[in-house]
Amino acid sequence: MTDAALATVPLAAAETLESPARRAWRRLIRRKGAVLGLAVIAIFVLMAVFAALIVPYDPIATSWSLVRKAPSVQHWFGTDELGRDVLARVVFGARASLLAGVISVGIALAIGVPLGLLAGYRGGFIDALISRITDAMLACPFLILAIALAAFLGPSLGNAMIAIGISATPIFIRLTRGQVLSVKVEDYIEAARAMGNPRWRIALVHILPNILPALLVQATLSIAAAIIAEAALSFLGLGQQPPAPSWGSMLNAAQRFLTSAPWMAIWPGLAIFLVVLSFNLVGDGLRDALDPKAR
Amino acid sequence: MTGGPLIEIEGLRVIFQGDDGRTTHAVDSVDLSVANGATLGLVGESGCGKSVTSLAIMGLLPKQSATVTGAIRFDGFDLLDVPDDTLRDLRGNRLAMIFQEPMTSLNPSFTIGDQITETILRHRGGSRRKARERAIELLRRVHIPSPDKRIDEYPHKLSGGMRQRVMIAMALACDPQLLIADEPTTALDVTLQAQILDLMRELKAASGAAIILITHDLGVVAEVCDEVAVMYAGEIVERAPVDELFGNPQHPYTVGLLGSIPRLDRRTSHLATIEGMVPNMMNPPAGCRFAARCPFVEDVCVKAPPPLALLSANHASRCIRAPLERLVS
Repeated sequence: MTDAALATVPLAAAETLESPARRAWRRLIRRKGAVLGLAVIAIFVLMAVFAALIVPYDPIATSWSLVRKAPSVQHWFGTDELGRDVLARVVFGARASLLAGVISVGIALAIGVPLGLLAGYRGGFIDALISRITDAMLACPFLILAIALAAFLGPSLGNAMIAIGISATPIFIRLTRGQVLSVKVEDYIEAARAMGNPRWRIALVHILPNILPALLVQATLSIAAAIIAEAALSFLGLGQQPPAPSWGSMLNAAQRFLTSAPWMAIWPGLAIFLVVLSFNLVGDGLRDALDPKAR
Repeated sequence: MTGGPLIEIEGLRVIFQGDDGRTTHAVDSVDLSVANGATLGLVGESGCGKSVTSLAIMGLLPKQSATVTGAIRFDGFDLLDVPDDTLRDLRGNRLAMIFQEPMTSLNPSFTIGDQITETILRHRGGSRRKARERAIELLRRVHIPSPDKRIDEYPHKLSGGMRQRVMIAMALACDPQLLIADEPTTALDVTLQAQILDLMRELKAASGAAIILITHDLGVVAEVCDEVAVMYAGEIVERAPVDELFGNPQHPYTVGLLGSIPRLDRRTSHLATIEGMVPNMMNPPAGCRFAARCPFVEDVCVKAPPPLALLSANHASRCIRAPLERLVS
């Protein structure tokens, strides 16, 4: 810490104009775990985007002569029960997992933050109504709720994302509401009212930016949870539909061959593990970097 | 003192409803008026209702828990009766407020420039560039060094004194006619207090705005105010021009307050204090609210509340035993 602090001394002049976001970024990249997590996420994102350029095999092309072959020079990660290349499926499967993580959390934010703002800022009956619904939803375990919703909506990756997003929403409502309650009594909000700002402007322009750090941390950690949830739904057949690849459905297929073809389970399992761990590392790093009390 | 009063408060009463159903009479039948360009000091100890009075003028009291009655006439509007939109248009524009805590009254997520220009754009419109120029000009007026650079700084980079200057610049952004300063120097150390008071005097001379200065510090009042209203337990107990109040206090509470200021030219081992406690405002006493602590108390004092009676043209006291000189001799 001392070394890092000394290293920033020459920057002091430039620092006077540093925005809170840049300050948080500078503190984030001082943390090894967070940097490692960011790097792994970046690699997986690049893999998902350029999947077709990375692996020479089609992830859904079957081959009867290559059923459940162990890892080899041609097929580094081996092949699955239909003779498809496991590496290709892991790489293409990253699309489903990352998309499911980001989009479902996006849905949760899009519903949860406005409702949380409304409940926290308006209070009264609206708050009581929103909070009781949130409590009821939080009473169901996250994954159980997601599975129930996905089963109700019908099996597809899109529906799985919606189901996961809705299941993750109450956490964001509650977090936003709590943060709004603590920020809205700050003197600067009173000052903003004294300046003649209308209520919507105080909520969106004066309160929201001050609760973003907490939302960002929660969003990062929720992406990790959503990726696991997508894998779980796909494992149960409620997410990505065959033959399109996803890590969860690959594990589902692999469970019947765990002893005879363990590579079918190891690689998608490892991919889930790495991505989820990375998002958690970044989330923890962000929480520390955005903590106003930390120096 | 030119023309009629800019703001006239009549019979202002604020009652807070607690969650447990009990009520607190925070402010009771307060009458005040401030002329254009005048400075009124509102003095009293913590909890006497001076801040609540200012929040009532600004319309910032929570509607759910506070019942405000009476009249606050400001330049043709009754502030207690105007629609919310009108009140919002007045706030920050013609009515502005400086808060007590400069450390927490600026939004940490925005640069000070953003916060000043927001007010200008809200009430004056115009281009962002114009508003920024005005913000720099305002920062210069409150003596912030190199304002063209400081404008892009975040509040956490500024000291308490600097932040209070920024708050003042924000309050002055739209040339308000009335500026309410709620203990603007209380959170600052003594050397800064003097600087901020100098600044307020200077700005008052330049802008001609009327000021309501809320404070518990009689030294501050003596330095900047034209007229003083002393509040005790939600009521105004004495009102007089500043020299008159300091030279000839006519309410036992004011006498007590003046007696508790330490002075360098007199050697005493103890500071004078006012015996006893402020009455519980959930259940205010029937008679004079100061009776329990008053050295001049008589039976009649505790029976009926004394009126705020004029002793001379501009000196009023809520004490039936005034003038007090005859009691001491």
